[in-house]
Amino acid sequence: MSWPSDVRRRAEEIIARYPEVRSAVMPLLYLAMRQDGGLTLDGMREVAGYTGLTPVRVESVASFYSMYKRGAAGRYIVSVCTSISCHLLGGENVLDAVADETGVPSAETGTDGMFSIEAVECIGACGGAPAVQVNYELIEGVTPDAGRRLCRWLAEEQPEVVGSDHMQAEFGGIRSFDWGPAEPVGAIGPVPAFGPYGSAGEVS
Amino acid sequence: MTDRILTTRMEAHPGDSHTLTRYEATGGYATLRKTLAEMTPEQVQEEVEAANLRGRGGANFPCGVKWGFLAPAEPRYLVINGDESEPGTFKDRQLLERDPHQLIEGIVISSYALDVHHVFIYIRGEYPRSARRVQRALDEAYAAGYLGDDIMGSGFSLDVTVHLGAGAYICGEETALLNSLEGRRGEPRLKPPFPAIEGLYSKPTIVNNVETISNIPWIIANGGAAYDAIGPEGSRGTRLFSLSGHVERPGNYEIVMGMSWRKLIYEVAGGVRDGNGLKCWIPGGASAPWLTPDLLDEPVTIDDTGRLGSMLGSGAVVVMDETTDIVAAALSITRFFAHESCGLCTPCREGTTWLQRILERILAGQGRESDLDLLVDVCDNISPGLRWPPAMTTICPLGPSVVSPIMSIITHFKDEVRAMIPQGEPAGV
Repeated sequence: MSWPSDVRRRAEEIIARYPEVRSAVMPLLYLAMRQDGGLTLDGMREVAGYTGLTPVRVESVASFYSMYKRGAAGRYIVSVCTSISCHLLGGENVLDAVADETGVPSAETGTDGMFSIEAVECIGACGGAPAVQVNYELIEGVTPDAGRRLCRWLAEEQPEVVGSDHMQAEFGGIRSFDWGPAEPVGAIGPVPAFGPYGSAGEVS
Repeated sequence: MTDRILTTRMEAHPGDSHTLTRYEATGGYATLRKTLAEMTPEQVQEEVEAANLRGRGGANFPCGVKWGFLAPAEPRYLVINGDESEPGTFKDRQLLERDPHQLIEGIVISSYALDVHHVFIYIRGEYPRSARRVQRALDEAYAAGYLGDDIMGSGFSLDVTVHLGAGAYICGEETALLNSLEGRRGEPRLKPPFPAIEGLYSKPTIVNNVETISNIPWIIANGGAAYDAIGPEGSRGTRLFSLSGHVERPGNYEIVMGMSWRKLIYEVAGGVRDGNGLKCWIPGGASAPWLTPDLLDEPVTIDDTGRLGSMLGSGAVVVMDETTDIVAAALSITRFFAHESCGLCTPCREGTTWLQRILERILAGQGRESDLDLLVDVCDNISPGLRWPPAMTTICPLGPSVVSPIMSIITHFKDEVRAMIPQGEPAGV
């Protein structure tokens, strides 16, 4: 099934940003994930069609990068950093708490499709360790207890859009640096909230 | 003397340092205007060379020298490396989010000097806020005529494209980054040819770090000689250090290099948490060998740290206090490299995983007496001779980087590792 016209237009805009069409593969893969809530064979075929690559070439690119989630990712990907600075300040305890609270073990997606839980390698928030991301929206200074509350909030409220500033205020602590003024945007689904090809939306 | 270059605006104006209005109100884009009106590209290059600015991405290679390698073929590209992923490093995120116009002005000036007309800013996928702030700043700069066709009537034109990564540390390595930008797997390329000769789309390409290019407006405004007058020889200018781990005040600190490690850790970052003793620290990101408290009075410079058998790398300082489980800490870093190995070179692909498994079994109380020798042996096969800077059996430095945490614990904390290994007959063999 091919993409609707507004997505096709977006794909053309992305391709126009590059001197060579192949460079659009990565952003188009995000676009495909946004369409299907995860990376599907149909989505990769679509990307292949736009870039002139064979589907297996597209798949070989997609399989290299950890943010292209094959199949249906959870509605909320909760990524807990356990790299060195977060490790030193208890990142593993946060991961255990989040897995326990959701009943979803690390590196798995729950059967109801609500959560994917993962240990993630350094997300550049070492001054605010331990750090967590929900659909790549950052929360710094997260305790195990705050991690549990975060998951309960996600499960109960099921927010359409998750935004970093809002979650930081509710569940975060120390930050790596002053982030500046709060922004009303956040992520819809398991794709970075970057307007040109991610799934940014207004936090309600 | 100047002790702040990069962070003055964000400190003075925390509410709006990322906006064009604030940037212009604090003198922003005046240097670009002057550059385009009064300077030749060669003059800009001369100032950058005179500044002795060394790259801030990790390799510390002189920026002006790198620029000098750019081949004359057309088109040519400038790629900004914002794939900040070295564990312990979070400084570029602050520069991207809090002062994106400083970077953009640096990009336009640098592109004018290098005769580049299309720039790519590669930002890691886990930094959506950075990408949003940079894209918004680019939109503002286009609307104001600082980007696009015929910038400020100079006849010089430039386009900038933001490209998001998708979760791969290896893409911070410049040739892997170029492959990624071309829509390929982020595997590194054999050098030579270097990117300055054959880079993006096989065209001459300069890859510079975010912090490196953020320094360019100040250097052109004040002259290369003024920058070269800051800090000790070989470590000129200010530098943004990321302090994390067991310190009282973690964060990014812009300092003039040359102060002691004692001052950086105990004064700038407020000392070790809870008044605990210092066990060791990583001076330049997860790839750097660890330093111990007997070296606290050594100066924080690029060359002195190299002389100590380590490196300033990306400026990421990770402090570990006396309570740190040293094997668990080394395992965290080893697992990182095992996870991030692209799998292209056998010593890295297999070696990192072997080392991870050995540390895991030691930590689980299943270690064997021969494991210490085995750790060293695997390291020696990844980086023969275990010297510094490391010998390479791999295309890129990711492989040898895993040797740093392993040899650090074996060199400095051997008794502690050995104490975790049951003596006598190994269980279950």
